[in-house]
Order: sequence, then C-alpha cells, then structure tokens
Amino acid sequence: MSSQGITVRKYASTGAGGRIERYTFVERVNHWIGSAAYLYLLLTGLAFWSPYLYWMAALVGGGPTARFWHPWIGVLFTASTFTMCMHWGGKMGKTDADRAWWKAISSYVRNEDESLPPVGKFNYGQKLWFWLIFYGVILLFLSGLALWFTESIPWNLRFLRYTAILVHVGAALLTIGGFFIHVYMSTFLEEGSFNSMIEGGVSTTWAKEFHRLWYDKIVQKTPAKK
Amino acid sequence: MSQSTLEIRAISGHPGTVPGAGVTREFEVCKLIDTSTCIGCKACEVACLEWNGLTFTDTVFQDSYQTMPDTTWNYWNLIKFNEHQRDDGSLMLLMRKDQCMHCEDPGCLAACPADAAIIQYTNGIVDFQQDHCIGCGYCITGCPFNIPKFNSKTKKVFKCTLCSDRVNEGLEPACIKACPTGCLHFGTKPEMKELAETRAKQLREQSGFKDAGVYDPSGVSGTHVIYVLHDASNPEAYGGLPANPHVPWSVKLWKGPLKWLGNVALVGGLVGLALHYLRFGPKRVNEDEPEKGGPV
Repeated sequence: MSSQGITVRKYASTGAGGRIERYTFVERVNHWIGSAAYLYLLLTGLAFWSPYLYWMAALVGGGPTARFWHPWIGVLFTASTFTMCMHWGGKMGKTDADRAWWKAISSYVRNEDESLPPVGKFNYGQKLWFWLIFYGVILLFLSGLALWFTESIPWNLRFLRYTAILVHVGAALLTIGGFFIHVYMSTFLEEGSFNSMIEGGVSTTWAKEFHRLWYDKIVQKTPAKK
Repeated sequence: MSQSTLEIRAISGHPGTVPGAGVTREFEVCKLIDTSTCIGCKACEVACLEWNGLTFTDTVFQDSYQTMPDTTWNYWNLIKFNEHQRDDGSLMLLMRKDQCMHCEDPGCLAACPADAAIIQYTNGIVDFQQDHCIGCGYCITGCPFNIPKFNSKTKKVFKCTLCSDRVNEGLEPACIKACPTGCLHFGTKPEMKELAETRAKQLREQSGFKDAGVYDPSGVSGTHVIYVLHDASNPEAYGGLPANPHVPWSVKLWKGPLKWLGNVALVGGLVGLALHYLRFGPKRVNEDEPEKGGPV
C-alpha cells in the first residue's frame, strides 16, 4: 500500500517510455476475484431473469446448482466490493476537477480527450461506476438475503418478499448497465486500460493523457530521474 | 386428458351422423369444500398423507384442534380451526380445509423461472414438477395463499397436487374419497359451482346464515378449489382465507413491464456500445517512442 501510485519503474521492453504502477498486486487480485464472481452472478442471474436465457444456467452446472451457488458467490462479490472500497473508496470523492471534466463529458464520449480538463487517478465516470457498484451491492445483498431465506420471512411480513424481488431485479439491471460500459471501456475502448489491471502498470504517456493530475502528483513525489 | 383427443370426428362407411359429435365436454375440474358440513375429523389430512406417501410429522399443540400452524412441505392438507365469536356473542367453531387453491391465474407459475417446474393442466390443476425445480422459492413469493413450502434438505418446493395422478385415472382426489360427511365434492367446475350456489342458497334461506356464499375469488380468475362459507363476507375468519387474493403487484410488475423494460435496456445498451465503437473507435495513446510493435 505504501508504494501505491508512486513507483516509477523502467520496463526494458517498453523502450523509451517509463511505467507507472497504477494498481497494486493485492488490488488486482481482489479486482479479478470480484470480476469472476460478478460474471458468475450475471450468468446465473440472467438465467433466472428470462426463460430465453435459462440456458446460461446449464453452462455452470444446471438450474439447481446455479441457484445453490448464486447466493454464496453473491457473498463473495459483496466482500470483494467492500475490499475495493477499502482500496479505492478514499479516492472516489467528487472534486472540482471532476466537475469541470463532467461538463465536457461529450468530448470524452467523442474520444476528443485532448480537449478535456485534467483529472486525478480516477475520472468522474469511474467514480460513478464505483459508487453504482458500492450502493448496488448493498441493495443486492440485503434483498438477496430476503430471496435466499424467503420462507423464513413470516407471512404477515410478506411485503418484504415483494419488495426484495423488485429491489434485487432493479439494482441488478443498473449494475449490469454499468458493467457493460465498464467492460467495453476497459477492453475495447481505452488502450492500455485492460493491461493496467493485469500487469498493474501504465505508460507515462497513458497517465499523462488520461489522468494528468495523478501523473503530476507522482512526478512531484518521485525523485527526479534523468 | 389424452382421451379428449380421441373423440371421433369421422367414421368410414357409417350411415348418418357421427355419434357424440359436437357434444361439449367439460374438462375443468373442481374441488368443492362445504365448511358448513365439515366436522374437523381430519380424515382428509390422513388420506392425503397416505396417498402421497408422506410421513407423518410432529403435531404442534397450540390450544386448538389444529394439527400444526400451517401446511408444510410434507403436509399439504390442513384443517384450520378458528373459534369465532359472532355478532350476537355466540361462538362458532369454523373449520376450513386448507390446501392449494389451484388458481386459474396461478402466481406461483408466473413467478417461477425454471423451465417446466410448474405446469397448469387444461383441467385446471397446477402441478409442481420437482425434477425441474431449482429451489429458488419465487413461487412462495408469487402465491397469495401461502401454500408452496420449501424442503431445505432437498431444495425443492412441494404442495397439494389435487391428486393429479388419481384424476388422470378418472378417480377423485384422496381427500374427497376419505371425507365421511360429504362436505367434500369433486367434479367439473360448472357442476361444483352450481352445487355450491345451491348449498349457499339453502344456508341463507333455511339455516339463517344470511351472508352465506361461495368463495371463488375473481382476483386470481377463479380457483379450482372452491368453498361454501357460512359468512362469505368475512373469509379471513376461516383461518386467514384472503378476502381478495391476487398475484402480488410486485410479481406482476417484475414479470410484466420491468422485464420488458429491462430486456430493451440490456439489448439497447449492447447495441449502443457497439455503435459507439464503430463510430468513434478506440482511445489510442500516442506513445512518443519512435519504434512500434513492442509490447504495450
């Protein structure tokens, strides 16, 4: 944790450009545990959502198996999300730079990144995604408990069952929307993004291009190198 | 049921019309429970266990004749006893045989996500197929009568089958067979409805139960188990029979507009992202190193 974000390393293979550590080993491991869990929850959840997607349950061992593991994997995903909150939660507050960046979001959508105001380690889009998952997980976990132990809810408190169904479905749909955008952006859209979550590093050019304020801070903290 | 497709349509070398052609047959079955002639003997409870091969579970004493508070996964038929005080101060012991109502518009079936885990026959019987059940418990949420019960060991949900196996062989359900007072009847829905109305009229005109009536709730488009109640204006007094049962609004919303909206949003989102990539392409980092082709 102490070295997080301030390590400048030279990668022989990258030639001229230096590499900056963006995600620590622990952050990356937790991220991929969360990803695998979410993917499982998505497949099984969509199987329970629509008869036309029920075949997805077959991919992970069939309906009963999927139903058995879905809540447990949900607990794992909740734990992973709270760990992410420990890693990144402190950096997810909205800043003035974010406000300026958000105003120019249409340039970001059009890939005109050079005309965007500079942002820190996470841009406001990433922060929104973070909070969407954070609050989404809280809702999904609580409503999920009610669906997990439906029969333990007394008959005269059955409104909890009815509420839980709608909350679980609603929160799931919102996070799925965010998940699609997140996966699209980090695999297809933004070069170097996916790699940063695998190797942990980004090129200095990448950092300058997308997260200028973060880059400046690291350069300040790091002893000048020739 | 399959016999219905074996009705004769044409006969070779046969003079005159086809015998029986054009005769309307009633396929919808119905169980009629006349609470006014039930004596609470529980023969139906025992018959249900016997026929369905269910083991007897411990009874729960709760200061009444009632075997246990509610039906369970292996106890599908339970008489609910209620000492009801009438307006004139006199007491009445209300007894109602509780079991699956076999709704025409079944909430369990609407809520179920598993292929073929719940089926509704043309004759109106709603049947759980445990082989296909995934144990999610959505049917428990969908039912307005608190009937489907979860077996936490096998992770399957169970309830009264209206003895679909017996009915398929032309027999009446086991509970009907066992009833010693004839308060249970089984037949086609119109027949049972007529019998029920006749009995309710009798109760109103000859026995002084001015509010006697038939319970066949329209909120679930009618049921294939109907009651004659001495006081149809207060079904809740009969061990919590809901006055106006319907599939929960949240289940209707979830399986209706929300599902439609969600599917459009999911597909629309994916299409939108694909279009974005085709229109704007990737965000490339302009590395200022001269050589190309090295690892990123």
